[in-house]
Amino acid sequence: MRLLLLCALALLLALPAAHAISPSEMLDDPALEHRARELGKDLRCPKCQNQSLDDSEAGIARDLRRIVRERLVAGDTDQEVKAYLVARYGEFVLLEPPMRKTTWILWFGPAAIALIGAIVVWRIARRGRRQLAEGPDDPFDDDDDDDDDTGPVRR
Amino acid sequence: MAKRLVYLLPLLVFAGLAVYLWQGLGKDPGKLPSALIDKPAPAFDLPPLEGRMPSDPLATRHLATGKPQLVNFFASWCGPCQVEHPILNALAREHNVIVQGINYKDRPEQARAFLRRLGDTYDRIGEDKDGRVAIDFGVYGIPETFVIDGQGRVRYRHPGPLDPPTAEKVLALLEALQ
Repeated sequence: MRLLLLCALALLLALPAAHAISPSEMLDDPALEHRARELGKDLRCPKCQNQSLDDSEAGIARDLRRIVRERLVAGDTDQEVKAYLVARYGEFVLLEPPMRKTTWILWFGPAAIALIGAIVVWRIARRGRRQLAEGPDDPFDDDDDDDDDTGPVRR
Repeated sequence: MAKRLVYLLPLLVFAGLAVYLWQGLGKDPGKLPSALIDKPAPAFDLPPLEGRMPSDPLATRHLATGKPQLVNFFASWCGPCQVEHPILNALAREHNVIVQGINYKDRPEQARAFLRRLGDTYDRIGEDKDGRVAIDFGVYGIPETFVIDGQGRVRYRHPGPLDPPTAEKVLALLEALQ
């Protein structure tokens, strides 16, 4: 048990190592550096695509991290920093797509599918309970009164 | 019977999804659309490539000259740049295309050696030492080539080395922009 806990702890410690930021890139002001880190998590490295700016070792990611910090020091808000990069690299640099009519399917699609699935499961479960109460259908009764037409095998 | 048709629904959904996703299969996810299309080229003012003759600088004002042209980001350390270089030379020599070069994060002497070896058909070459201008263009990998129209607007961007089919496309676009 103790070994397991130690392993879990070791894994946790390994997590921050995923960052590619070198100490020389960091800002002296901890508040600004914190904002730069938060932004770095939300921005995508255009070269490596599935890595965030902070996670990527690519030269372009390092350059963009520097620009994020430059903009912050210059007094930009987080939104302005993002707009600066979007103007150059498109919305692709945002790891989270903006909420818009054309992106609704991205945002709500999974929840909608899960909801449909839940309704289907609930209906099947309800029918199963009803059948338990009423007793099984006659497997040779083919009048299509119920949807559940899987045949005699399952019952 | 009508009720059983419901069971076809998953098949239909699958078919629709399959057609939609199939179309995406041929696309290269590494090729991003440019955010600058139909927008003016970013403002920049670069010093000329050190030691090159003629030693003209390259700035935004040299892009809006009434004639469409290409802007090509290259570097001597970049392998694909060597691969595409003969195509750039052919465009310039055989089709009189104006090609502006932006030398990205390079050493001037190495850039000059690169051009001596492969031929220098650039009109002007600007030195982008820290890669800042490349970022303003939305460049995410070298080489990249932009088609700029006579008003200095970005009309097309090709990330990666030019290949013959792309060169044909670029030529057709340049002609249409004349």
